This record gives sequence, structure tokens and C-alpha cells, in this order.
Amino acid sequence: MISALYMMNSKGEVLISRLFRPDIKRSISDIFRVQVVSNPDVRSPIITLGSTSFFHVRHNNLYIMAVTKCNALAALVFEFIYKFIKVCTSYLGNLIEESVKNNFVLIYELLDEILDFGYPQNSEIDALKMYITTEGVKSEQAIREDSSKITSQATGATSWRRADVKYRKNEAFVDVVENVNLMMSAQGNILRADVDGQILMRAYLSGMPECKFGLNDKLVLERSDRTRIVDDSALGGAVELDDCQFHQCVRLGKFDTDRTISFIPPDGEFELMRYRSTHNVNLPFKISAVVNEIGRSRVEYTIRIKANFGNKLSANTVILRIPTPLNTTEVKCNAPMGKAKYVPDENHIVWKIPRMQGQTETTLTANAELTSTTTRQAWSRPPINVDFQVLMYTSSGLSVRFLKVFEKSNYQSVKWVRYLTKSQGSYQIRF
Amino acid sequence: MSSVQPDLNSEYRDKRKDAIKRVIANMTVGKDVSGLFPDVLKNMQTEDLEQKKLVYLYLMNYAKTQPELVILAVNTFVKDASDPNPLVRALSIRTMGCLRAEKIIDYLSDPLAAGLQDDNPYVRKTAALCVAKMYDLKPSLAIDRGFVETLQELVGDPNPTVVANAVTALTDIHNSPHPDSPGFIIDRDILNKILVALNECTEWGRISILSALCRYTPTEEKETEYICERVLPQFQHANGSVVLSAIKVVMINLQRLQREDFIRQLVRKMAPPLVTLVASEPEVQWVALRNINLILQARPDVLSSELRVFFCKYSDAQYNKVEKLDILVKLANENNVDTLLNELKEYASEVDVDFVRRSIRAIGRCAIKIEDAAERCVQVLVDLINTKVSYVVQEAVIVIKDIFRKYPHSYEAIIPTLCENLEEIDEPESKASLIWILGENAEKIVNVEELLETYLDSFIEDSYPVQLQTLSAIVKLFLKKPEGPSQSLVQRVLTTATSDCDNSDVRDRAFIYWRLLSTDTGAARSITIADRPPIVIPNLTVSRAILEELVQEISSLAAAYHKPASTFVGKGRLGIESIKKINPNEENENISKQKALNTVAQGVKAENLLDLDEDASPSTTQSPQESFNSFTANTATSNINHAPSPAQSNPVDDLLGLFGNATVSSPSQSVGANNDIFDMTTTNNTQGQNKNSGLEDLLF
Repeated sequence: MISALYMMNSKGEVLISRLFRPDIKRSISDIFRVQVVSNPDVRSPIITLGSTSFFHVRHNNLYIMAVTKCNALAALVFEFIYKFIKVCTSYLGNLIEESVKNNFVLIYELLDEILDFGYPQNSEIDALKMYITTEGVKSEQAIREDSSKITSQATGATSWRRADVKYRKNEAFVDVVENVNLMMSAQGNILRADVDGQILMRAYLSGMPECKFGLNDKLVLERSDRTRIVDDSALGGAVELDDCQFHQCVRLGKFDTDRTISFIPPDGEFELMRYRSTHNVNLPFKISAVVNEIGRSRVEYTIRIKANFGNKLSANTVILRIPTPLNTTEVKCNAPMGKAKYVPDENHIVWKIPRMQGQTETTLTANAELTSTTTRQAWSRPPINVDFQVLMYTSSGLSVRFLKVFEKSNYQSVKWVRYLTKSQGSYQIRF
Repeated sequence: MSSVQPDLNSEYRDKRKDAIKRVIANMTVGKDVSGLFPDVLKNMQTEDLEQKKLVYLYLMNYAKTQPELVILAVNTFVKDASDPNPLVRALSIRTMGCLRAEKIIDYLSDPLAAGLQDDNPYVRKTAALCVAKMYDLKPSLAIDRGFVETLQELVGDPNPTVVANAVTALTDIHNSPHPDSPGFIIDRDILNKILVALNECTEWGRISILSALCRYTPTEEKETEYICERVLPQFQHANGSVVLSAIKVVMINLQRLQREDFIRQLVRKMAPPLVTLVASEPEVQWVALRNINLILQARPDVLSSELRVFFCKYSDAQYNKVEKLDILVKLANENNVDTLLNELKEYASEVDVDFVRRSIRAIGRCAIKIEDAAERCVQVLVDLINTKVSYVVQEAVIVIKDIFRKYPHSYEAIIPTLCENLEEIDEPESKASLIWILGENAEKIVNVEELLETYLDSFIEDSYPVQLQTLSAIVKLFLKKPEGPSQSLVQRVLTTATSDCDNSDVRDRAFIYWRLLSTDTGAARSITIADRPPIVIPNLTVSRAILEELVQEISSLAAAYHKPASTFVGKGRLGIESIKKINPNEENENISKQKALNTVAQGVKAENLLDLDEDASPSTTQSPQESFNSFTANTATSNINHAPSPAQSNPVDDLLGLFGNATVSSPSQSVGANNDIFDMTTTNNTQGQNKNSGLEDLLF
């Protein structure tokens, strides 16, 4: 499978190189440097030369590159590289050239553990942290005692959790984070509106807790209602999920048969599930943009934004990026709420509204002066982009109905739920 | 480096460890530190696990070049293999397997045998993979000591991770290049064992098991359904490659199923996870999109209602945008084509020239694919031409030419618009397209003589495809309007082409026309202005046979490239198998070549030539070429198509080869401008017509 794994800096200098199979030479990285690092026009994440394939991912100022000599599972290689990035990030804090150089021994140790003969092994961060540590090595005796426990976790059916976790106060925090994708045409039609949701959990629970998690999933509610009297109001708030993906710990078979989400959580923070919903997406902001090109020297903007959620809620850090033509020299902005500023480097007017109450609206007017140019090509009008965060609001309407924790010792546990709807570069309005 | 040597032998532990770290750091950047071998080796026997790992790392690197020194390390390895700490036992076995020295491999046997029977699953799973390593180096030893058989037993291990690694190792051995390696046959017994482990092992283990499942052939339909049902829950896994592997299992088994409602249910369940993959990281997304493209060819109904998901975001990676465009056209139908056209028109105003061109091309493909939408497509194209952006106009003309070919006599009203932009059009392919349109519609354009004359004036400076089209167009004009200025035009073009042109194709064609016109104008007419077979968008970009092979390979490189693995991996069992598969095609091609030669020799008429193509068309040989057009990675182009390279090639050659190929790998996105005008349509054509078009332009 994976014959070698490299980490390089932005110049293509090798920081980490580890060969896993005998079919390639270490110097293969030179070829990658020539073909990818110093080639400004790389149009594919995989390059195959002869029978050697290079898979690369750019992360901060690093290249992480895997080499294969066979018909490798391309999806696996990339998923592995991303997993490797995740593992390293969790150890090093920030995965950059500097931290790689300072911790290369640790990275080699990790690689040795998670890849054997080119085949990925257990890469659960929680399990790895038990026996690959940053703060020196424990005394030999302690390791010997722990080791059987460690190895059983690293290979067991619940490889993500130790058995001996103890907390005085048993708590579980659930964060529902939704990322709204919107693409609206210049005519105001919604081309695409969907939600990528994430349910993050921080579990501080003792022992081997058996958890059951319930959402207002339409399919589940309908199913349970079949036996009871159908209550329309209960169903009205239900959410239709297009698809969901679960953490390793969730019993997929059980979900497949009756859509219950049951699991033994890893200790600490993890992503319990991801989901996608395209039905009845509530758009938190309504934007209407009027942009007129007046002659060849001026563009007039009138951008109206309305917060479409309940007036008790509010949005934080709403940032609108409004594109300007490349030959803009000066922009005069007038924003009644927040601050608007022309940023020449990005060719954008950036309008920041630190806080916006639900049901309010505001309008930005701006005037861009252009220099005359010789190019005849019309301005391509890239879309307006809106970033925001709205607390205690979900665009899909999803809500957590329950989280039940069962444990042998029968302790009481406290659960907290938070909701957040946000957008980062995915809420786009054409004009 | 000499400063490190005393430190390695220092009496202080910390100093020694620090020195080893420095050695490793130098090794990483490619410096040769093999001279320190004995000094590093001394530090191997230590209680400090981290230091041990460092020394092992060093050993793995230099064992191959210094085998006689590695022997010195054997004792420590063997001792470690019976250490009370399972982590140390596993580490020792894992590292010994990586040493790749013939001499040491014999010492590995005993620790490995013990490791495979170890109480601790962590040691067992490590030992399992070690068998594959040993087999790779010395197959006879692995078989003689019965390790491969032990692996088969480990498939029934109670621990899921051990099962997964045993499956991985057996598969690795199964695929190894050694001629008589023991195959890993999945029988019902093994099937049941691995299905049990599937739900419990790590994400990577699941992929191994799913891949193994693909090779199992169920005996009855019930069993096929059972396998699908067991695999379905994996669609919900967070790891995209697990999802794709599960989809592969289902796709393969779908072909074996009969029950309509069950098939429908599977297809329906497949759509959501595929759509979710489109939202993953760009690289994973690319692999997913390439696979979706493939799946759509095998099962066009899978994502029929999911058009919008594939709309390009402004911020998408360029390579993903290209793939999405391709999928969008595949999903287009009467109901959604309006939405799609609006979207494509939007893309045509973006900045990236290549993407804009592809979007315009996609509009043309929609028009050809969906007859009802053709008119709207033409309208959009006219709007685009009116933007007067040079490359937009150029591309639109090429596309309109295709539309004219598909729907002759339908959209002549737009010809004036085209003619307004004559000066804009200077790229050879666009120019050739425009001239073709002029020639085809010569009788309907008032000032066509004038227009063609301007092209004739610049005849010699034009590129060959343009010359060919100018020649054909003027002949067509003459045949359609024999009176008036066309006579002198045709005289001039034939004289210029036959006497002043340095391209033999142009000259030959001019001679053919000359002879035709001077002997029998009726025949000339029936050949030159005959109705041409309409073009269609093929549902498949690869041949049926290759598609079936690729479906077996979903999620792999081959599926991402839409090319059989044999085209870029040439070794091992895979290679041998694929030669067998490809050979018939080669024969097929030879036969068709032979036929073609015979036919030409007999001097049979042109129609027969066309017939012949029908025979030749099922040959799969043209498909690789075809897939290149949509092949963004276009890397392995220059590669061995059939012959696999020898299993163990000289590494130097290998390197040189890589550099040699490098020049070919530079991406050339736009389809070669030096090609004939019909090459463009070739990509859109069905395979049957594929070769026709090459011949056809000879006959114009």
C-alpha cells in the first residue's frame, strides 16, 4: 500500500521521511519536488509517473506526501493523510514546519505505530496518547504494568476508551454545530441550500458508560408514532436528515436497523456524528444586493442584510465580503451598523458587524471608483460571501431530544447542549 | 558528523540519546550516516523505549547496506521478542521484519512463530503483518515454516484487529509478484469470520475486510443479499474511504441481484453517502467525484435528483470544478436542464479561462444530449457570443459547430451573429469550426464567397486544420453554387493547396477533390454534401469491459484515473492477469488493422470503409485515448499500455524513467489545437462513430 510517507516544507526540503516498503528509494522525494513543489501549475492531487504515484496534501506551510507503487486505494491514502495531520495536530498543537523540526522523534514514533508495512493501524488519538507521550518516558516498571492494558485497548473492540476512567462529577457536553451552505443566484433564486452539521461531544464520564442519543429525526419520530396516536405538532418540528456519519464508537448495525444512536463514548472530546440536511433549511440571513456599473469608471453598491431568526437571538461577527472590480482605486462606504472598509489586497469591501439582533436589518451603500483599463473583459462578478455565527439556533431545525447515560455504578450525570449555526466561506450570493 | 561519535559512546545516558537523535536528524535530510553503524548499535540494549525506537529506526534504514553488521543486533532483537512487555515484543518483531537483510530473516522465524501464538492481541496483530513482510523477502521460508497457514487460522481470531491484519497480510501475499504465491481464497467460512469482525475493527481494518469481501462470489442470491445487508451500515461511517469501499462491495453485488425492489432499495441508500463525500476535503472529494463519475456510468439512476449538489462553488479547487462539470452533464435531463443552463452560463463569466471553456463545452453537450433543450442552449451560446470576450466566442463557435452537426438545418438563424465575430476568431480550432459552418450552409449565406475568399487569402499562413476546412468549404460552396465567383475560388484553392502547401494531408485532399470534380461532379456531390451520421454523447467514457473492471476497483487509483491498473502498474499478479485480459483486445486491433489494409488494397468504395469501422468499433483500444480528454491528472500518459515492466527493475533505470516521463506529464488541458477539427467531436462521439469521423473528413 503506502510505500513511503514524507513531510516537506514549502520549498520541498524533506523534514520527515519514512519508507514502509522496499519498492522505492528515499530519493524519490526529489522527483516530487521537481514535479509538484516547483511546478506552479499542479492540477491534480495525485501525480503518477511510471508506476509511482504521489499523493499530496498541503497543510499550513507543509506538504504531506505519500508514495505508492501499486493500484492503491486513493480514498484511503488521502483519508489517512488527513488522519495523520489530525493526530500530529493533537500532539503538537499546531502542525507547522517549526513544530515538525522540533518534534521529529515523536513524529517518527507515531508513524511507526500507525503505519506498518504501509497499512494503516489503529490511529485513535486517545489510544495512541496512552503509550506515545511527549513528556518523556515513564519509568519502565509503570510501562510494564500498563502495557497489557494499553495493548488491549489498541486492539480491542472499544479501542477508543480505557476502562478505568474516573470523574468526581460526571458531565457530558453536546455541541451541535451547523454550517450553512447557500448559493443564491443573482435573481434571488436559491440554487442550493443545505446544512452540514456536526455533533461534537465532550464526555467526562466514569467507567464504561453506555449512551443513547436522540434527535428529532423525522424517521425515528414517525416510527415511534406508528404505535401511538399520530401527533402532528410533534412531527412538525422533526428534521429530515439526508445522511449521517458516525464516530467509530457508534454501533452502525443498530442505527441501520432502528435508527437508534448508541455508543460507548471515548473519553474527552470527539465528533459523535456528522449529518446533512437539505429539507426546509432556514436561512439565518437574507441578503439583497443591487450592484450597478455606471459607465466604466464607477460601481454603486446597495447591500441589504436582514437577520431572519427570532429577536431574542443574536448573531456574532457577521462579515460580508463584497467583491470589487480589479481596477478599483477607491471605495466610499456608508454602513449604519458595524464597519465597512475596502481591502485592496483581496479586492473586497469587508463589512463587519460585531453583533446583530434577530429580525433587524441594515443597508450598506458604497461607491467604487475605477481606473480606466485596456482589458475589454467584463468584470466576472464573484459572489458576495457572508460569514457569521448564530448561537442557540439551528438552520436545519435539529434539536437534541435526549442523551441517556447508563453505567454499572448507576451514577447521576449532567448533560449540556449548545447549538451554533455558522458559515465560513459557504454562504454565497451572486449579484 | 565526527563530533557525534564520542557522544554516542558517552558514559552519560542523556548525551548518548541526544547523539542518536542528531544521527536520525541527519539521516532524515539524506546525509549518509552509515559510518556510525557500530556506535549506534551499541545503544540498542536499553531500558529506554524511546531510545530503542530510535536505534531501530536507524537499523531499518541501513540494514540493507550493512547486513554483516546487523547480525550483531540479532541477539538483542531475539531477546526483546521474549520481553515481558508486549509493546517491546511487538516492536522487536515489527522492526525485524523491516530490516530486509537475507541473513537476519532466518533468525526472525522463531520469534515470529512465537509472536503469532502470543497471548497478547497487539503482538499477534503485529506478527500477522510481519508474515507478509517475510513473504515479500523470502517466500519459501514463510511457506515452509507454515506461517501463511497460521495466518489463515488467525482470520478466526477472537480479536477484530488481529482478524483485520491477518486479512491484510493474506491479501498482500495474494497480490505479491511471486509467481506461485498461495492465493487467498475467500470461502464461506472465511466470509462469516470477517463479517463478524467488520463491525468491530478499526476504520482501516474495515477497508481491508471490505476489499476482501469484493473477491467473494456468492453462490446464491440470498447470500448476495445477506452480504449487502451486512455491508450497508458502513455507509454511515465517518471515514470516507470506508464508505467508498462499502459502496464498492454493493456495486459489485448489485450485478448479481435479481429482485427489483431490493436493487432499488440499495441504489436509493447509496445516494446520500455519495453526496456527503462531495463535501469532504478537496483531495478526498476529487477521488469521490471521479468514482461518482464512474458509478454514474454503470448506474445512471443513482443520483438523478441530486444535480444541485454538484454546482461548483467559487472557492472549489480547480480540479474538482472540472469533475463537477462532467458529472453535471451526466445528470442533465429534460427536467433540470434549465437550472443547469443558468448555472453553466454563470460559470462562463468566471475568471479561470480553462474552466470557462469547459463550461461552454458543457452547454454544447447538454444541447446534443437533450434535444428539447437544444434551442435554449443555442440561445445561451448566442448570449455568450454577444459578450465579445475573445475566448468565450472562440469556444462557443466550436460548440455551435457540434450542434450544427447534431441538428442540421435547425439553427441557421444564428449564422449572422457568428459572422459578426469573424475577426475575433483566430484560434485554429475555432476558425476551422467557423469555416466548416460556412461551407455547410454556403447556399444560405449571401456573402459567403467574400468571407471564404478572405480565408483563402491567408491560406498559406493558416494552420493545417484550418487549411483543410477552407479547402472543403470552398469545394462545398462550388458544388452548391457552381455559378458565379465560386469557380475561380475553387480553382485558386486547389492550385494553392496542391502546389504551395507543405502538408501532405492538405495536398492529398486537394488532389482527391480535383480528381473527383474533374471526373464526376455527381459523385463529388454525393460524397461531399451527403448527410452525415448525427453525433451523440456517449453514456460511457470508457468501454463496457473496462467499466466493469473499474467498478471492481472503486476507490482505487485505477478508478480515479478511469484507466485499468495495468496501464500504470506493471507488475505482480495484477500485471499477469491484465495481460491476459488485454491480449484479446490487441488481437482484435490487429485483426481490424489487417482488415483495414485489405479493404484499402482492394480499393473498395468509401461506404465499405465506414462499414468496416462498425466492426472495429467494439475494440476497447481507443478508450484510453478517449478518457485522456477528461483526465485531469493526465500523468501516466506515456506509459506502458500493455507490457508490464519486469518485476524488479533496476532502481537507476526507474529514476531515469521517471524523469523521462516527466516531460509528458505536464498537463495540457485544452484538447490539442493541432488536431483536426473533428477531434473535438470525437470525444463526444459514440465509439462507433469515433473512427468514422477520422475517415469522414477525408471524404468531405
